[in-house]
Formats: sequence, structure tokens, C-alpha cells
Amino acid sequence: MSSPMSTPGGKRGRPSNPSTRNEAATSPPAQRRRGQPSSNGDLPLMPTSPPTDMPDPLQDTSLFSSPPHLHHFLPSEVDMSSPLMYGTPSSRVDGTPRSGARGTPARQRPDLGSVRKSKQVDLQSEPSAADGAAAAEQPAGQRLVIWGTDVNVATCKEKFQRFLQRFIDPSSKEDENSCLDLNEPLYMQKLEEISIVGDPVLNINCGHVSSFDAELYRQLVCYPQEVIPTFDMAVNELFFERFPDSILEHQIQVRPYNALKTRNMRSLNPEDIDQLITISGMVIRTSQLIPEMQEAFFQCAVCAFSARVEVDRGRIAEPAVCRNCNTTHSLALIHNRSMFSDKQMVKIQESPEDMPAGQTPHTTVVYAHNDLVDKVQPGDRINITGIYRAVPMRVNPRQSNVKSVYKTHIDVIHFRKTDEKRLHGQDDENEQRLFTEARVQTLRELAAKPDVYDRLSSALAPSIYEHEDIKKGILLQLFGGTRKDFSQTGRGNFRAEVNILLCGDPGTSKSQLLQYVFNLVPRGQYTSGKGSSAVGLTAYIMKDPETRQTVLQTGALVLSDNGICCIDEFDKMSDSTRSVLHEVMEQQTLSIAKAGIICQLNARTSILAAANPVESQWNPKKTTIENIQLPHTLLSRFDLIFLMLDPQDEAYDRKLAHHLVSLYYQSEEQLEEENLDMAVLKDFIAYARSYIQPKLSEEAGQALIEAYVEMRKVGSGRGMVSAYPRQLESLIRLAEAHAKVRFSDKVETIDVEEAKRLHREALKQSATDPRTGFVDISILTTGMSATARKRKEEITAALKKMLQSRTKTPVMKFQQLFDDLRGQSETAITKDQFEEALKALCDEDYLTISGKTIRLAT
Amino acid sequence: MRCIVFCIPSGASQNSSDSGWEAKVTEFFRQRLMEKDAHTWVPSLNDVPLHYLKPNSLVKFRCLIQDMFDPEFYMGAYDTVDPSTKVLRCGKYKDVTECGVDLDSANMVTSERQTFYCVPIPGESPWKCMVFYAGARVVPSTSYVPSRQKRSYEDDDEDDMDTQPQAQGHAQGNGDSKRQETEAPSGQKASSPPLDLNFPLPGEKGPACLVKVYADWDSFKLNDTMEVYGILSVSPALSALSDQSDTSSSLILDPAECMETAEELRVHSPPASLVPRLHLIHTQRLAHNNPLLPPAALEDSAASLASTLGEMVSVRAELLAYFTQLLLGDVLAAEYLLLHLISNVYARRDVIPLGKFTLNLSGCPATAGPAYTEQLYCALQQLVPSAYRLSMTLQNMNQLRLVPRKDYVANRLLSGALQLAANTSLYLDETQLEQGQLDPAGVRNITALGNVISWQKVDYDFNYHQMEFPSNINVLIASEGRSLLPSDCHVHLQPQVTPPNMEAYLGSALTAQSSSQLNKFRLYLTMARTLDYSISEEVTKAVEDDFVDMRKDDPQSISADDLHSLLGVARLLCLSLGQSALSTDAWSRAKHIETLRKSRSEPQGCLNGNEP
Repeated sequence: MSSPMSTPGGKRGRPSNPSTRNEAATSPPAQRRRGQPSSNGDLPLMPTSPPTDMPDPLQDTSLFSSPPHLHHFLPSEVDMSSPLMYGTPSSRVDGTPRSGARGTPARQRPDLGSVRKSKQVDLQSEPSAADGAAAAEQPAGQRLVIWGTDVNVATCKEKFQRFLQRFIDPSSKEDENSCLDLNEPLYMQKLEEISIVGDPVLNINCGHVSSFDAELYRQLVCYPQEVIPTFDMAVNELFFERFPDSILEHQIQVRPYNALKTRNMRSLNPEDIDQLITISGMVIRTSQLIPEMQEAFFQCAVCAFSARVEVDRGRIAEPAVCRNCNTTHSLALIHNRSMFSDKQMVKIQESPEDMPAGQTPHTTVVYAHNDLVDKVQPGDRINITGIYRAVPMRVNPRQSNVKSVYKTHIDVIHFRKTDEKRLHGQDDENEQRLFTEARVQTLRELAAKPDVYDRLSSALAPSIYEHEDIKKGILLQLFGGTRKDFSQTGRGNFRAEVNILLCGDPGTSKSQLLQYVFNLVPRGQYTSGKGSSAVGLTAYIMKDPETRQTVLQTGALVLSDNGICCIDEFDKMSDSTRSVLHEVMEQQTLSIAKAGIICQLNARTSILAAANPVESQWNPKKTTIENIQLPHTLLSRFDLIFLMLDPQDEAYDRKLAHHLVSLYYQSEEQLEEENLDMAVLKDFIAYARSYIQPKLSEEAGQALIEAYVEMRKVGSGRGMVSAYPRQLESLIRLAEAHAKVRFSDKVETIDVEEAKRLHREALKQSATDPRTGFVDISILTTGMSATARKRKEEITAALKKMLQSRTKTPVMKFQQLFDDLRGQSETAITKDQFEEALKALCDEDYLTISGKTIRLAT
Repeated sequence: MRCIVFCIPSGASQNSSDSGWEAKVTEFFRQRLMEKDAHTWVPSLNDVPLHYLKPNSLVKFRCLIQDMFDPEFYMGAYDTVDPSTKVLRCGKYKDVTECGVDLDSANMVTSERQTFYCVPIPGESPWKCMVFYAGARVVPSTSYVPSRQKRSYEDDDEDDMDTQPQAQGHAQGNGDSKRQETEAPSGQKASSPPLDLNFPLPGEKGPACLVKVYADWDSFKLNDTMEVYGILSVSPALSALSDQSDTSSSLILDPAECMETAEELRVHSPPASLVPRLHLIHTQRLAHNNPLLPPAALEDSAASLASTLGEMVSVRAELLAYFTQLLLGDVLAAEYLLLHLISNVYARRDVIPLGKFTLNLSGCPATAGPAYTEQLYCALQQLVPSAYRLSMTLQNMNQLRLVPRKDYVANRLLSGALQLAANTSLYLDETQLEQGQLDPAGVRNITALGNVISWQKVDYDFNYHQMEFPSNINVLIASEGRSLLPSDCHVHLQPQVTPPNMEAYLGSALTAQSSSQLNKFRLYLTMARTLDYSISEEVTKAVEDDFVDMRKDDPQSISADDLHSLLGVARLLCLSLGQSALSTDAWSRAKHIETLRKSRSEPQGCLNGNEP
């Protein structure tokens, strides 16, 4: 079709319209692909209403054979929109198939630019006698096409109707279709829905069109401006045939979405102009509502004759002559009687995930029309389907020079929020993350390898040496458990997120590990306990100075919903800040009652925290709690607590030294080869998180029970509790995460084994009682080891006994009593222990302490 | 040759529709510019005031990419509308079309190009500008006389060449240049509020430039420094756009025109007299920013530099002596200062930047007021290509914008003081910090500084999210006690001399250096930084053994982190001596100075739990 362009158009009438120059300044740029797109859409007007200024109507028939003539011949808007062209002012209704529509008004589609075109196209099919020159490239029977395209209206309509009637997608996963019968034609059900609900919009997944009829899909993508109105026609015919009695506000509009691949904003190029595209991005700004004139109403000042002129691509051609009285320049625009439609400018920006490193995000202007106005808010992540446009910029309206640059924008046809809480998708994790077939294949292959777990854990922060178990723990944290809902039984959601605390000597690369994780996950937040306040972590209320509107500003924990919140220097956090973590770490929500706003925000975040010991160096003679001085209530909420200590062993030192030295001379490429690509790891985690939801198998359940019972048993022999239900929950989460690593839908015994091992390792490190050498979970759950508690009781008893033995002196000096007690006991008693014992006795009302004197209560 | 460089390619190539010429143009210019002195013939936007430059001529610009605008579509080729002169014209390398455009022509080609907002490299030291200035053939062109031939204009230049650059305004002191100077501001007066040219550092001057890139724009990164050669475009039509958007006739409802905010228009199409457009033909990435060294990669000019390499040891000794003098006789601190100045982030392993060497120089004499730290900065600025002194007063911390922020209203990236080119020296003067309240902005600024030091990255604020950009900034912190910011290396200054008048003492030290001596130092610092480095198998083994031995004696004495910094120091020591491989000597020397350094800081009260 584009070849005839080369035939010179000089035969006739080319210079007939000198006004072209200026008018054309706002038409879309020429494209190689389509040859003459700028006014091709207007051309089909010709046969329907032979304008008066056309010298030889007989040549009409030849129009299709030599489009270039037309092109030069009738590019002016003045001609096309002159009243001569339209018998009635509302020609757009004329163009639509009224037969079935029963007077349901068509609604203009400013998103498609000029709608008229397609209607004229419809009529165009009537002069079937048109000569077959254009058909040379077309098979017989499809000879007529819309000018400048290869779209035959009748065929296209028929194909689309067939699509609507027959398309079945049994494997549909979309939420919208969830209540429909998947084995019935999908879109017919949707039409039925329209007839009931009365919302005259039909969303069409382009993927469906593509799988049904690739040719139709290609046409839709290449010539949306022509094809979508054809679809509209088709669907309306079909609809009113089926549901002749339904009353709609206006005719049904087709809104295709999910065109081709979802394109990156960065990959848009001139080839895409006037095509249907789908891109994703984030809304950064929305404008006020702009009334845009759709149809101008002119009235003649002399005879009061009125004329309506439609806007075409932003321009109104003012009629120069009144048709009624032939006065020139007598028509005046009457604003009140003109028609306007809503329009809004929306700016979108590339989402951060789509961007190459080191570049700033691109932005694109998008125009939303009619009911799409105000559908999105700044900050929303959306997928937009629309038509890409380019408009030349004029330097000065009075000059013929134009800036050689176009302005580009997208006319939206369909918005789809990606992070919207969808009705049936319980969580918004599956963020339309599109993995290509090939990628999924590689990921699956990787997952099928027996050593995938080790591979991934060693790929995690390769620059940090050793600490294999810690890396494994973090790996499982990245995958997370399966979310379970027990809200019906009154327990609410069970936490699926794994929390990890790293404690250890300064300089053992804890911060580096945190940084690495923060960089790895899409929704990571990194804060330092020293710098963050409670509000910084949670959320705060702010009054917008302009609108006086109260705005909820969210903090790190809420922002990392569904991600990982890395908190460095956990021990340096103030108590009030720490207290907000209690709720987050178990209930995974955040309650706010402030400035009249009471709400509960989701904060389903995993926490990876790092803490330093209080005395700059880890004291192996003290328990974890004593070392890091964190409340046990908080510690018990961590699934895994690891110590990162210097192992102090020669072989380790040597390997460590080698590892570090190699950092300093190995070239980048060498390093790349050794390890799994970070991008692969990222994708692997993202895929597993969104697609794999493992369930416990029977044996795994048994194994977990056994493991738990075993843990309880260990302590019971010595009269202490060594496991609580919280530990069981941790085990389940870890086992599930391990199953996710294997891409397995079932938790099996090996998963439980690994969870047990890891849990034991972590406990061994953090919950070993330094006095006895046994693992004692109560260190973490109550803050005191069972032996310590026992010792305290012993001392108290001894003290009491001693006091009872000397009842004659009811008042004693503190220091003297302490010395006496120490002399009596065979083991050493510290002052702290002594004070504790005194306090215990004080609580029993056995004695009172006042300053340095102790008085027996009698 | 000269006239070739100055010719305007668009004139020559307009009438051919064949696109092969485009590749030839860039190739042609690239080759011409490769010739030995060719690049010095091109006037530079950095040195020559804009109104002296001829529009549509070839100019160069040494700059940093401050912001990247959206790609734009332009008419690559178009037909003019006038039937009598209907020719195919080319829109490449141009902003405005000539004559009317026949928008319906089949020959119309839409192409894509990308615009970068470029500013001069922030913090360029004054000495460098002098060198560039002297090196460049400053040609105060009389561009406003269009009839004048290029040849004669070049001839004029021959005469002026030997005159001092400072004197050039007077050398041309005829009526012509006067007239030009009065003309220039008149073009600017239209935009009543002064346009914020968005320089990263406060108080910067110089032209900002919109560079249009035609190919391969994905290879450019934000904050890249480069020298661009391109065609200057200052068409007044470009600026007119911002004033006249509202005058379009009532019936033309151009949807695109009313939508953009005024700010956005102002920022994206500023008056060309303030922000000229540059259509890029050839770029040269700057591996370093030292005019004394050939800009190309070192291998190319290895031969010429071989002699300098040989001298490195002696220059190092001289430089060390100079630093010792500056640091009041403290040799150890002088040595660390030298190592700091040649540090460079040469690789990143996951998140860890390798090669950074942030120095905290504590114990700066505070009694002398700000004089000492200020003068020290002056001395360092004399040696490095670009530097910035950030006085960490409470007010500055609370009010300065350190981190660049996206302004969505104007749709641009508002620059901040941490948007610096690679290898810029950032001198933090903590002696200025007093007690008081840091507001949230201040806390963010301190955090940002900490991030730069620890991770060599800056998180740009995009309002809805943050985006991380890697940086390569040499941070030097001058403080009284240990700095509140982290650092790789902390040296407590131990002055050996206590001059009664600090200012005079340092002043004399500064002036004592001849400019040729300073040039030698400058060359040395840049050279040492760009050297390659490796560690042989044997040395690796020796280092491992050493580490294991040290740990055996006292495991507390050396941790993995200590080994890290030791390796870093050893590397810099080698480079400073012009050696490209680690030797056992250098290793033991590194150990020695680290031990000395640590013995100083320990009595200062040990770690406060800050991890590096």
C-alpha cells in the first residue's frame, strides 16, 4: 500500500489548496512505515460526500487507485469539515450502525482522535464498483481497504465478531474472569455482563486476539485508529442483536489492553507512532481536568444559521462562508452550545525496575479522556494501553518555521493498575512481573539442580567470606514462607515472613550483608537504628500546606511491605522506636492513631537486623541478651539469630586472607564467571515468591511434629523449656521457604531437615548458656537462662536462711551483709546477684531496703 | 585543515537523501580531531564567552551530564513547502527547520535523538581553567559579521595567539567587541526571574548546555564527564518558544501546548543565549580531568609518559616534603594524605567499592580559627583537578541540598552538592560544626555523606522512590576530634611545629612552590591514580602467611577489616611509587605505617561502635 506514494501527484489539483501548509503543522509526523499517515484517515471521506470544490466527481472512483492525488488534493480541514460534507450536524451517529443500536447514542472517542474517519470508512464499502487497482495487492473479495492501511472493514468486523463469539480461554488466570465460566466464550459472557450492569465498556485482552487471529491482532496494533472503531461497530451490532432491549448510556466502546509485549518506555521509537502500545510506568503527576472541545457550534451573525464543526486532532476549521446566506466570515463560535469532553494530562515515569543503571528515568505524557479521567493518582504503578502520537511544535504561529522536534504523547485507551489490590489476588505480590519463556526455563533448570540451595546461598554476597549458614538463613528469608489465613478461626494471618537478627563483633561485614540484601530485593528499605525514629519507621501524618489536606506519610516499615526492611545498628535504636517493631514483627500490621486518623497499615515485611554487642567486643561468657541488651520480647520474634564472630582458627584465617587478597587483583570478568549472576538470583527469587506456594505434605507435617517434640524433650530433662510454639512456627516457615528454593509445591522431609538444621545452628550460636554449655531457649524467650534463674533462687534462699538465723539484729549494713553472705557461700556471688536476691526478698515483704541499710520486716 | 574543522556539515550534506553521509560525517570529524593538535583549534564553550562564538560552528565543551531529558523525535529529513525551491532538507544537527515544511511529503523521515543537560565539571580548580585557557587558542570571533570569511578570521587568530589570555578582551578592544557585549544581555532580559542553571555546587559559573545526541545514547550515564564536539546552535527561535506559547490563535487548540507547565517549558527550552544547544558529532570520554595529561587513555601516550614514570619516586619525595610542611611537620599524616589523593574506586564487588580511601584528619588546630583548614584546602585545590570544600556548619547541613532531587513540576533533576564527577576531592570541614539541633533535612544530609563514604553511592531522591547512583568521590574530613562520619582511615595530626602565625606560615609554604613544581605534582597525582595494579602469586602467599601469623600471636590485633584496609594502603603505596605490582617491601612498609597510625589513635579512646 505504501508504494503508490511514489507516483507523482501532480496530475491534478495538487496546488489547489495552499492552506495546507499551515494546517498541516499539527498533523502527526510522517512515517516510513505508512508512507502518508498524516491525512490518510481523512481520505475515505471523499467518496461519501463529493465536495463542491472537487473538480471532477467522476474521478472519485479512481481515488483508491492513486491515493497520492487525494493526498495533495484534499488535505485541508476546511474542505472536510465544511458543512457541505455533513448533511446533518451529528454525522457521527449516522456513521454508526443504527440498525441494532436503537438510538443508543454513540459516544465520541477522543482517545482515538477523529472518529469520523472510520465511519466514513464504513460507508466506503458501498461503492463496491471502485476499480481494483488497490486490490492488486489484496486477494479478491477483500479489495477495499481503509486508505493507507490494509484493513478491510467488513472482513475485520467479521473476524472480530467471530472472535467475540468463539474465543475461549480455559486457562484464564485474570481476576476479572474469575466468576465467569471458562469453557464458554469469554467475551460473550462479558457482553452479557454489560447488558446487566450497563457499563458500556468492553475490555479486550490483546493476547487473546493474538492467539485467536494473528492477522487481526497485527492490524489492531498497527492501525488502532481505524481498527478499534471497526471493533466498536462490530461489538455493537452483535450486542444489540443479542440484547435488543438493553439500554446503555452510550454505545459500547472496545478497550484493548496488553498489546504485544508490555513495552518499556525506553524502547519507544519513531516506529511506534500511531500504533497501539502498552507500557508500564508510575504516575508522577496528574493535571486538572481540561474541557476539550469536541464539536464547535458556529452561528452566522447575519442569518443566525448554525453549523457544527467537529474538532479534528485539536483543530477546528472555522467555516469561512455561511452556507445559508453566503456571507463570508460571518460565523461566530458559540461556546455554550459547543460540545466538550473531559481530558486530563497524566505524566508517567519509568518504573525504577525497568531502568538501566546510571540513567535517569524517562517520562511520557499521557492524555486520559472521558471516564478515564481521574482514574489514576500520582504514585500508582500502571500499565497503559494507548496510541502513541507525535505532534510537531510550532516556533511561532505566525511563522512558517516549525521547530524540527515533535511532541509526543499517548492517548490512553486503557489503564490497568499493577499494584492495585485486586479483588481475588490475595496479595499484590504478583506484580505482573513478566518472565519470558526462556527465562522461566533457565530458572526451572536451575531449580531442578540438586545443589540449587548451595548454589544460591554462595551466590549471595560472594564478596563476604564464609558464614554459609547465615547466608542460607538470609536466602530462606528472601523466599519467605507461605501466607496462611486463619482469620476465620480468629487468629488472623499467620506471618509468612522470616525475621533474622545478626549480632556480632564490629567489623564482621554485617552491614555489607545488609546492604547486599537491600540491593537485591525490589522493595527493600535500609535504615540505621541510630538515625531512625519511630515515626521514620512507621508513618506520620502531615498537613499539606496548600490543600490543608492531611496526608499519611509512610515510613520504612510500611514502604517495605512485601519486601525486606534492613535495620542496621539495631541495638542503638531508642526504646520507643523498638516498641513499634513488636506489632510489625508478629502481626505484620502497623496501627496508627494520630491526628484523628486511626488506621492499620499492612507491614508484611521481613526484618533483617544487625546489632553490635554492648561492650564493643562480644563477650563469650555472657548470654546473647546480656551481650546486646535487647529486650527478650523482641528477640523471641526473630526466627533466626546468628552470631557473626571471628572464628579464630588458622585454616580459616588463611582462606579468608586469600579471599580478600584476590579481591584486590582479580579482574571484574573473572569474578563474574565464578558466581551466579545477581540478575538471575533476583529473578529466581521473584519468580519463586510469586508463583510457588508450597503446602505441607503429610510426612513433612510428621517430621515437624517430631522435631518439635524432640526440641521440647531436650530441655525437659533438666527442668527447663526448650521450645515454644513460636519455634514450631519458625520451623514451618523455614521449611516452606526451602521448598520454594526447590520450586516445589510441596514441603517435604528434606525441607524440614534443613529447617531443623539451620534452626539448630542458629540456636547453638545464640542460645547457648555460657555457664552450662547447653542450648537454652529460655535465654531468648525470658531473657534469662534456666541455670541463672536457678542460681538466683538458690542465693535468695541462702540469704533468707542467713537472715533468719540472726533475727536479733533487725537492722544491718548492706556491705556487711554482702560480705557475710559471700563468706558463707562456696561459690562466688557477684554484687548484682546479691542485689537481685535482696530485691526478691523485698518483694516477698521479708525486708525493706533504705539506702545502705537493710531492715527486716517483722 | 582548519577550515575543514570549522565548516558546517549541514550545508554540505543537505541535498542528499542517502543516509550514508551521516556515518561519514562523524567518522570524518573523529579522524580530523585525532590529528595531533586539531582539538586545540576548536574553541571551547568553557573558556570563550558564548557571544564570541559563531553560531553553527564547531565548538567543544568539557562537561558533566547533569540530567537526561526525554528522547525527542525530530524531522530527520523533510521537503520544503515552497514548490519553486522544493528540495529535500536534512534536520539532523539542527533545531529549527528552514522555510516551510511540507508535512505531508512522503520523504519525511522521523528520527530520534536524546537531549542531555550538561554543566561544566563541578568544582574545577582555578589552576586548571588557567591551563586550559592558555592551551586553547582563544578566538574572540567576530561572529556577528556574517560576511566575513572564515579564513581571515583564522588569520586574525594567528596574531592574537601569543597575547595573554587575560588581555584578549583588550587586544580586541575595538568598537566591535563593545557592541557585542552590550548585545548579549539584551537577549536575556526577556526572562525576568533569573533562570536557575542547576549547577551542582553553589556559586558555580559557566554555561550550561543542552547536548543533543544522535547515536548510541544508552552508553552515556548520568554524571559522566566528557568533552563533546558539536555544532553550536543559538537560534533565537528556540527561546521564543517560551514566551509565545499563549499567543497561538484562538482556533488552534494545540493540545500539546497548553499542557506543559510554565516551569517545565522554561527548563526544557531555556533561552538559547543562556543555554546554547550543542549538536553532538564526536565525544571524548575523560578518563581523568587533568589538562596536563593527554586526555586519551594512558596506553596511547605511554611513550611520552615513560619519563614521568621514572621520575615518580623523586616527585613523590618532594610532594611528601611539601605535605609535611603543610601538616605542620607530621610526616605520617603527610604520607596518608598523599595516599588519599591518589585513591580511586577501581572496582565494585557486589556492594563493596574497592579502592576508596576516605581520610579523617583529626586534631586540626582549632585555635587558629578556620584559617588552617581553609588554607589546607587551598593548597590541595592547587593540586587536584576538581575539588569542593563543604564547610559543615550546622546551617549548611540543615539547608544545603546535598542529594539531587527530582522536581516533577519542572520535570528535571535538581542538582545537589553530591552530584560530582569521578575523582572530585570533597573536603569536609568538620571543625566548623558547632553544637545544635539537626533538623530532618540535616539528618538526611549527614546520612547521605555517610553513604558516600561507606558505599560510594548517592541515593537520588525521586520522591516516590530513591535511585542509587554510584559515585567516586575522594572524601577528606578535617576535624578536631574523631569525625562523626565514618572513614576508612583516621589519622590524628601531631604537629611538630607550632608557628605563631598560622596564616603566614601556610601562606609562605604555598607561595614557595613554583608553578612548574606544582605542575609536576599535579601530573604525578593523576598518573599515580591511573596506574594498573596486580598482586603476584608469591606475594599473595606471603601476605596470607603474614596474616595467619599475626592472628596466631594475637587474634584481636588484626581482623578481616584490618586486612582489608592494609591491602588498600599497600596498593596505594605501590601506586604512589610508580610500581604496578605489590612487593613484599611495600607490604611491610604498609604494615609499618598502619601500626604507627593505630598507635596514635588508640589513646584517643577506642571505637564507638562505628563500623566502617
